[in-house]
This record gives sequence, structure tokens and C-alpha cells, in this order.
Amino acid sequence: MNPGMYSALNSAVTAANGGMAPVATPWFFYALAALAVVSGVLVITRRNAVHSALALIVTLLSVAGLYLMLYAPFVAGVQIIVYAGGIMVLFLFVIMLVNIDRSSKDRRFNRIWPVGLTAACALMALFVSAIMKGQSVLNDPTTGKPRWPDPLHLPESMNTQQIANALYGEAGKMGQYTFAFEIASLLLLVAILGAVIMTKKKI
Amino acid sequence: MFEITTLHYLVLAAALFVLGVIGVLTRRNVVIILMSIELILNAVNLNLVAFSRMWGNLHGQLFAIFIVVDAAAEAAVGLGILIAFFRNKETVNVDEIDLLKW
Repeated sequence: MNPGMYSALNSAVTAANGGMAPVATPWFFYALAALAVVSGVLVITRRNAVHSALALIVTLLSVAGLYLMLYAPFVAGVQIIVYAGGIMVLFLFVIMLVNIDRSSKDRRFNRIWPVGLTAACALMALFVSAIMKGQSVLNDPTTGKPRWPDPLHLPESMNTQQIANALYGEAGKMGQYTFAFEIASLLLLVAILGAVIMTKKKI
Repeated sequence: MFEITTLHYLVLAAALFVLGVIGVLTRRNVVIILMSIELILNAVNLNLVAFSRMWGNLHGQLFAIFIVVDAAAEAAVGLGILIAFFRNKETVNVDEIDLLKW
């Protein structure tokens, strides 16, 4: 899409909304956030690992919805395809391979769980104090309001094409992240080899 | 109407992160511990994408994509180790994994 078309579209949208940003309502955020947290709690409390995996899929999908609200459609797609579609299938396969009947009757939590819970609560307190104290960093120094660009004024770059340019390079030149992308492919190759070698019976 | 800004996403991500940490520190089943790690990585990704939206550029989203790659590699290797271990000890509980303890 050429820039002229884009700005024409933008002004058309602006006119149609009377200048208001066409964002989803805050209630979408609260619904998705509640879904993510509730299913996150289910992930760590269910006795049956399959139930945990299904709850984790719900969390991943609601986080994908939040990515859409943040105008990150490509990351949302990657989240659904790679996480919910790929990694979780791997998890379910391993649960089916490994989950013997015995483990569903076992104790769920280890013996030192109070220590773990205390450490996690301390971490939560740290996060809360960091967020309370550092809130002003999120504000725009000129206006004093939270820095949160109007979606219509987001740079044109918030789209899949620009992600591809950064990852693969454009016009025959390497993009900013091309080298990191190649290294990531190498990492995946090593991980595949490692997983295959480790699960082989006899090497 | 009050607006959803970075702060809301930070609070949500902190909650998800702590849930993941609780899962890692208290559960016995290794599969669920690995799933809690995925929860932690998702919390980090949410922060990165929220900051990317806040600054109006793409670097956060690109980092999030690389973290997804990392999560896939980590899950593959972790589950490979788990299967190799299960073949030897017939258990998936972390407190019974004590071969290196003396």
C-alpha cells in the first residue's frame, strides 16, 4: 500500500469516527486479562497435566487477543500458530507419552511449597513497588499523561511488511535483525538435533 | 472513559509472571513446570509488545518473535530431557530427580 493511499484511508477513518480512535473498548482488555489470569491459575493448580495444557492454551489465546488490541497482528498470528498450534501439541504429545496413571494420584506440590510461595510473593511485592514507584517513566514529559499514541497516528510501520523488512532486509540490503534471524534459525537447528539425540535409545 | 495504557499491561504481565514463578517453584510434575516457564515467557512478550505500542515502533514486536523462537527451542530440548529421564527412572516428579545429589 503506498503512503498516499494509507493517509487517505487514515483521514477517511478519522472522518468516519469524528476524530475518535477506533479502539476496542477497555472491557475487552479486562475480559481478556481476567481470562488469561484465571486460566493461568488453572495451569498451576490442576492435578491432571492435560487439563493444565488446555488451560495454558486458553491463556495463550487470550494473550494473542491482547496482542491484537496492541496493534500487533503478526505477533498475534505467531502466538496462535507457533504457541497454541505447535508448542502445545508437543506438550500434549509428551504428556500422553509420559503421564502414567500414578502421577495423577501423587501429591501436586513439592514439600517446600511454602518457601516457593513466599519467594513468589516477595517477587510480587517487588513488582508492585517497582510499578508504583516507576509509573511516571511511562508518562510523556511534555504532557504528563501516559505515553500512548493514538492508533491513527501510529507510524505506518506497525504492520507485517515492516516486520518482514526488519527480519529479511529490503532492497537487497540486510535488515536490522537479519543476522539475529539467521542465528535464531541455527538455534532451532541445534535444538532439533539435541532433542532427537536425547530421546534416542542408543546413540 | 478511562483508557487502557502501558500500565495495565504491565500489571497483567506481572501477574502472569508471578503465576509462572509459583508454578515453577511449587509443582512436582516437570511437564507443568515447563508449562509455567511458557507462562513466564508469555508475560515477558506481553510487556515487550505493550512497550512497542507505547513507543510506536516495532523493536518490541521483533523481540517478542525471537522469544517465541527461544520458547520453541527450550520446549523441545526440555521435553527431550524429560523423555530421556522418564525412560531411566519412570517418574516425572522433580523431587525424585536426584541422580546428581550426594
